[in-house]
Amino acid sequence: MQLLNKRPESLLDVKMHYCPGCGHGIVHRLVAEVMDELGIRERTIGVAPVGCAVFADTYFNCDMIQGPHGRGPAEATGIKRAKPGTIVFSYQGDGDLASIGMAEIVHAAIRSENITVIFINNAIYGMTGGQMAPTTLIGQKATTCVEGRTAKQAGYPIKMCEMLATIDGATYLERTTVHNAAGVIKAKNAIKKAFQNQIDGKGFSMVEVLSMCPTNWGTRLDNPSEATKYVAEGMMPVFPLGVYKDACAADKK
Amino acid sequence: MAEKKLMKGNEALAEGAVRAGCRFFAGYPITPQNEIPEYMSWRLPQAGGAFVQSESEVSAINMVYGAAATGVRCMTSSSSPGMSLKQEGISYAAGADLPIFIGNVMRGGPGLGNIAGAQGDYWQATRGGGHGDYRSFVMAPNGVSEMANFPHKCYEVAFKYRIPSMVLADGIIGQMMEPVEFTNPEIDPKTLVEPDWALGTNKDRAKRIVKSYDLREGYLEVMVNERVKRYKQIEASETMYEEKMMDDAEIAIVAYGTSARVSVAAMKLAREKGLKVGLFRPITLWPFPKARLVELSKRIKKFLVVEMSLGQMVEDVQLSLNGRSEVHLHAKPGASVMTADEVYKTMDAIVKKGAKEYAAVK
Amino acid sequence: MPKMEVDVDKCKGCYLCIQVCPKKCIAKSDKFSKTGYYPAMDATEGCIACLACARICPDLAVKVYK
Repeated sequence: MQLLNKRPESLLDVKMHYCPGCGHGIVHRLVAEVMDELGIRERTIGVAPVGCAVFADTYFNCDMIQGPHGRGPAEATGIKRAKPGTIVFSYQGDGDLASIGMAEIVHAAIRSENITVIFINNAIYGMTGGQMAPTTLIGQKATTCVEGRTAKQAGYPIKMCEMLATIDGATYLERTTVHNAAGVIKAKNAIKKAFQNQIDGKGFSMVEVLSMCPTNWGTRLDNPSEATKYVAEGMMPVFPLGVYKDACAADKK
Repeated sequence: MAEKKLMKGNEALAEGAVRAGCRFFAGYPITPQNEIPEYMSWRLPQAGGAFVQSESEVSAINMVYGAAATGVRCMTSSSSPGMSLKQEGISYAAGADLPIFIGNVMRGGPGLGNIAGAQGDYWQATRGGGHGDYRSFVMAPNGVSEMANFPHKCYEVAFKYRIPSMVLADGIIGQMMEPVEFTNPEIDPKTLVEPDWALGTNKDRAKRIVKSYDLREGYLEVMVNERVKRYKQIEASETMYEEKMMDDAEIAIVAYGTSARVSVAAMKLAREKGLKVGLFRPITLWPFPKARLVELSKRIKKFLVVEMSLGQMVEDVQLSLNGRSEVHLHAKPGASVMTADEVYKTMDAIVKKGAKEYAAVK
Repeated sequence: MPKMEVDVDKCKGCYLCIQVCPKKCIAKSDKFSKTGYYPAMDATEGCIACLACARICPDLAVKVYK
């Protein structure tokens, strides 16, 4: 008998703290598999966010830094410019990237900073206990919009890939999902491309990953997998999957 | 003899940092420190380093946070409103034990204030400014030469003790021109040993983590207490000050930066009129030269703090002396500069007319 | 014959594996694990080693053999 799925070396064999059915664990594994496959683990520096993935610094088997909320792209910029030979990725959630860190992500794209950003969008603040995020859907309930988000009171969910696609410096932007097996395969391919772009010096790449938050979405405790329905039926119509920018394909000068 | 050059304070600070091994700078425009990023924008690429004009001061300090984590000597600079924005990153750097270097050229405040030189950010610089229990190493230059030569010491202390370091100047020192001599040997970063905490290639070693948090019960206390030990070593070994005409002084002026320059003139004026005045100039504002002040208080019973703020450093002098001697204050807030004559009149009032202690005299 | 194994100490009982299994050959255990979950159970009958369960498992608790 042959084992078909080996644990990636780039992810340490420690128990992750994420809730049952949370997508972070899946994406951590995908990033680690990509680091293994591209042979870059030994020169990769990861930037952990503030939020549920703050402990990513202990899970990845590469050098890691953890800093202030939303500033990942700025930290990554400093690292990459100071040590251009390293591979730098910033791992961020939607509160981190699309709210408090909006300026940092936009300007990293404007500078076409040669970094890779992994953006986990689960439409809610997880670690702080389920508050409304900039990506929270209209009608979605959160602890700071208990009757559901209304456009009148809180505006509309921000679509990061669509917005960043307007920026000349953005090289590669793709929105993926990890709520089903096919989605996971596509997400991994996108992540691999985003790292390969950096290796090739092509500039700013970001992969957005739609992900589940069973705990703060109020999914049934006895079956967290039901949260995937909300990704498919709630999030995907608002956040359509796909490639939003691929300047490599378009022969970016 | 080393070359002497006529330079602006801000440019001297930038050149001094490059000669001290700085190879990464991120900053955002704000008056009166703009010459620093302007200078760095061409000088660093020339020296094989990198310059980034960031989208904000918040971003700049976090770029520096990232760069510092790789063990590279790096720098950011700003002025009062911008320094307020940088406090987040300074606190994180302190918490992650990163040796960052900051050029802080104070202007009038609070709020937008004005763009003239001031000393109103003494508390912010010496008390942390950001959240949490921490210290930064703070040096106060009194002219362009010290702007040129202090970065060397700041990097030395920052790397030895893994602490944020800062040159705290004001708009006057940043903008003035003086002949400068770079007295420190120029440092080639390639000759520096890579610190054993620096992020980079982890080929033959375990992974490293740079972080400022530990959520496990009791662990943060251990982290902070370990840092406190280093703070005590800095207090014992790195405190700097300068004294002028203190041997026979009956009253001592305590002043730093531009205030100290005015105080030298005031002291000369007072000496001409028969007052025995000396000058005590703290060069490190943290650590503050407490022990030396206590020693002086055995002999000197009147101290006059002269500062371009509403009375900030005076609290450090009072804390140091703890009632051993009288502490008076000549405060000049609102980004204006006291004149030597005004300071002389304050001293005259104290010595001859027995003015009350801690009187803020205009 | 292909099979999937569940590391019951790592499994948090999210059942994403059960949801994505095209052969519907994975079941919930009715025994509590040490960590307090009803984990997914090993599957042999019907397993085609498609790796869908391994791909979606957030906790790297699944091993697939062929």
